[in-house]
Amino acid sequence: MAASILRRSLLIPRCRAGDVAALHSGPSRRRAQAPEPIASGRRAGNCPAGERGVAPWVAVVGLEIHAQISSNSKLFSGSQVQFAAPPNSLVSFFDASLPGTLPALNRRCVEAAVMTGLALNCSINKKSLFDRKHYFYADLPAGYQITQQRLPVAVNGSLSYSLCVGGKKNQMVTRTVRIKQIQLEQDSGKSLHDDIRSQTLIDLNRAGVGLMEVVMEPDMSSGEEAAAAVRELQLILQTLGSSQAIMAEGQLRVDANVSVHHPGEAYGVRTEVKNINSARFLARAIDYEIQRQIKELENGGTVMNETRAFDYKLGCTIPMRDKEGKQDYRFMPEPNLPPLILYDTKSLPANTNHQQVVNIDWIRERLPDLPSVRRVKLVEQYGILPEHSFTLLNEDGLMEFFENVVRQTQMNPKKVIGWILNDMLGYLKQYNLKVKESPVSSLFLADLLNLLERGTISSSAANQLQVVPSAPSGSCPPVLLLLEPSLLLPTKPRNMPAASRSSVGPGQAGSLR
Amino acid sequence: MRKSGGGRMWSLRFGRSIRGSPSGGASHWGGLSPGSRFTQAAAGGSDGRQEAAGDPRRRGRVYQNPTWQHVEQRPLPEKKVTVEVLDHLERLALVDFRNWEGVQRLEKAIQFADQLHAVNTEGVEPMDSVLEDRCLYLREDNITEGNCTEELLRNARETVEEYFIAPPGNIPLPKLEERDTFLQVSE
Repeated sequence: MAASILRRSLLIPRCRAGDVAALHSGPSRRRAQAPEPIASGRRAGNCPAGERGVAPWVAVVGLEIHAQISSNSKLFSGSQVQFAAPPNSLVSFFDASLPGTLPALNRRCVEAAVMTGLALNCSINKKSLFDRKHYFYADLPAGYQITQQRLPVAVNGSLSYSLCVGGKKNQMVTRTVRIKQIQLEQDSGKSLHDDIRSQTLIDLNRAGVGLMEVVMEPDMSSGEEAAAAVRELQLILQTLGSSQAIMAEGQLRVDANVSVHHPGEAYGVRTEVKNINSARFLARAIDYEIQRQIKELENGGTVMNETRAFDYKLGCTIPMRDKEGKQDYRFMPEPNLPPLILYDTKSLPANTNHQQVVNIDWIRERLPDLPSVRRVKLVEQYGILPEHSFTLLNEDGLMEFFENVVRQTQMNPKKVIGWILNDMLGYLKQYNLKVKESPVSSLFLADLLNLLERGTISSSAANQLQVVPSAPSGSCPPVLLLLEPSLLLPTKPRNMPAASRSSVGPGQAGSLR
Repeated sequence: MRKSGGGRMWSLRFGRSIRGSPSGGASHWGGLSPGSRFTQAAAGGSDGRQEAAGDPRRRGRVYQNPTWQHVEQRPLPEKKVTVEVLDHLERLALVDFRNWEGVQRLEKAIQFADQLHAVNTEGVEPMDSVLEDRCLYLREDNITEGNCTEELLRNARETVEEYFIAPPGNIPLPKLEERDTFLQVSE
């Protein structure tokens, strides 16, 4: 009996992902979607103690991503954009909100937003408007933030990302998340909390820097999907050059809206998780919040519509103390800025000043190859698997390394990729090195693989060659550095057994000097 | 739009605005944008306005004889502002109405603005700014400002090592019951 109920409730199609803003802020209400009195009659509070809920939970995750635009000066003023600088040294009178100052829009920021919108398949609004979003906080000296709420620059796009699913995580699937809008807005300053002296130190260097807010529809259902989507967006932004998107420097900030519900029922109450400053913690924070909400609802409690911060040391989310309930931002049009008009080649009026005009078609022609296109090209050019090209682009600099090795070696790229992904990457991960910091240069590895191809050394010997990280990075070709003659094989015809790829370990014999 | 005392309401219809030369000197308003509402023929409106739009002699001139049109004043609802709304406003905008006279001033202001409901705005786009037909000036991405730390810090009463000092986080206004305010009298 219970099994048939379960089967029927699973057949109810999942609710269509709707507007983030449309998610209920009250307690979870149920709409009877189909005549399923028993399944939909299961209230969180009616669960008798001890009986576990039969109906499965589905999580709904929506992301709001703020990416700092890579530009020389700020969005509305001419002060410099720089990460580490003496406090309050990159602040103009406008950033400090002194009376009598007016905003002047930075052309580069508009181009960056249009580039990102085009890369994410958005439709670019030829006319967009600026608004003021009012709230009081010490790091917002004006008391309002200039943003685009009514009519943003780009709307209705999509982002495709891949992730590994399956038990062994070896099956790549492609998912898509819809982009609701991309808007330009100002960043706030930085506040350092000094709890000892009960005060906050305000540094306005970051106040006024241009941000692109990418609002995604709640199409994702797990922390893993969210992390994959954010990683793909990061790669796209870095390829375009519109943002360097380094999460550690705060150039890419993600806020997650998480809620859980039973399939077929209305959406649950959502909570917002902030203060996630790395991709790794993003997945953990979202998964923790999903589990917390499920546990709360299964124990008969309710989820409150609140903002929570992620404590990465404890690995859990805690309520933020500063939020005073639902904020009313009192949006109003920015009176100092007329609408932003963008043109394409058709609508471009004659004899206009080029400096004053942003041409969407001009930008579209100059878009570089996006990561998805580059992956396809790698697969076609070298005959490697899509999973391989995914990893190549995922690691900063690994693709260039791979291409350099392939260029300098006679080994088939399909075999080279194995050495790169298993041995090289494993080795780098073990010593926590980036590709740029690798003591093994592409030339070194290419020579090594050439020796292997010619049969001069066996594959197990090649595995045993281990480079101590402090050694000068691949300065000498390996021929000079092979010490033990026993490693050299007599010249044999090239019918060697398939090599067993074991990753290089520190305890193995034959260290390279 | 002028507000006459008591009874009848008048609405003044303009022919065309004066399109004089743009103000000289530093200004971040560019010239008139190509798609501005004043370069197109006015949609709807009275015959008088359309005449002026089509007539080349009148282009760019204000009507010599303004055309008044009598608008029946519908009785405007006398809106009272509730205590909840006042508390919400005080909390959000941190304004202090101080006493009932302040609240009455607010109600009069709302009534004044409500007169706009008597105007027929069908087919007319709402206007955010009188300068909506101007071009938004786009600045080149050059570093032209900054490095005035000392000057900025002089504005602050308390500073520490080139940082501004602020209280530790927002201190929300106490709830209505706990506050000493004239709004409580009506409770």
